[in-house]
Amino acid sequence: MNKYFTPLAVVAAAMFAYAPVAIIGAPYESTMLLVQKIFYFHFSTWMALTAAIVVCGAASAVYLFRGNPRADHYAVAGAELAVIFGAFGLVSGSIWGRKAWGVWWQWEPRLTMALLLELVFIGYLLVRRYVGPGSEKLAAAMGIFGAATAPFVYKSVDWWRTIHPQTTVMKTLGARSPGMWGVVWFCTVAFLLLFVLLLALRVRLEEQRVELDRLYLEAEG
Amino acid sequence: MVQRVAGVLLALVAATSPIVAFQQPTAPEGFVQVNEVPASERLPAAPFLISAYAFFLVLMIGYIWSVARRLDKVQREMSDLQRSQRGSPS
Repeated sequence: MNKYFTPLAVVAAAMFAYAPVAIIGAPYESTMLLVQKIFYFHFSTWMALTAAIVVCGAASAVYLFRGNPRADHYAVAGAELAVIFGAFGLVSGSIWGRKAWGVWWQWEPRLTMALLLELVFIGYLLVRRYVGPGSEKLAAAMGIFGAATAPFVYKSVDWWRTIHPQTTVMKTLGARSPGMWGVVWFCTVAFLLLFVLLLALRVRLEEQRVELDRLYLEAEG
Repeated sequence: MVQRVAGVLLALVAATSPIVAFQQPTAPEGFVQVNEVPASERLPAAPFLISAYAFFLVLMIGYIWSVARRLDKVQREMSDLQRSQRGSPS
């Protein structure tokens, strides 16, 4: 394991311990009041999800076109983290929606596309788990497809206006409420740090698994 | 004649107006908009906020535990395999 892992883990733990204090201290939003404070982790988890999708998509492309086995480890790790952060993003959004919109779920473009994106990466993991030999290349194609879908999910709120806030919310937040802006970015950095640590841990697991398979093959041969 | 007809009409209006006035209004069909939601119908925000953050905590602890368990299992299996390879006659 990398020598930076433990110090970074300590920093991440300290940031997550301080995050609730910062969120409680952040100003209230005028229309949603208390429930708006879900936003700090909701937005940050989508940033971590984006990082996971980029890693999975890029590593899948490297594996598929160059055959680099190390890239495949990153692709699997990225896909698994995309599912984890995506699950939290969907659940936290749903909880927010129940209070803010009065419904747990709405079949509107952003929510539906985010769910489909989550299903693509769940599909990726199922292919890796159950398809057998050759599943790496099929999964890599799914990883690239999932990454190509992500920008459409992001822009969906601008293209089809429904109840979900637009992407311009973030552009205006810094000018209108610097108190909220600082907390948003503090949480985002904490989530990205957590993502890097979990990625390192998950890549390590994948490397060990491949090494174990190699040892078994050696023992049989 | 005209006066008689007018008198009858006036008497008819005077007799029926209390019946109409005291009639129950008919129920409106479909949804009716109100400008303010009563306090009893409002959802408190704190349980939503707490459950969102609690879910994140449970999810992360669960995931880290799952990765650590899988890593431990693979490492144990590797050391068992290496031990058995060393023990077996070449």
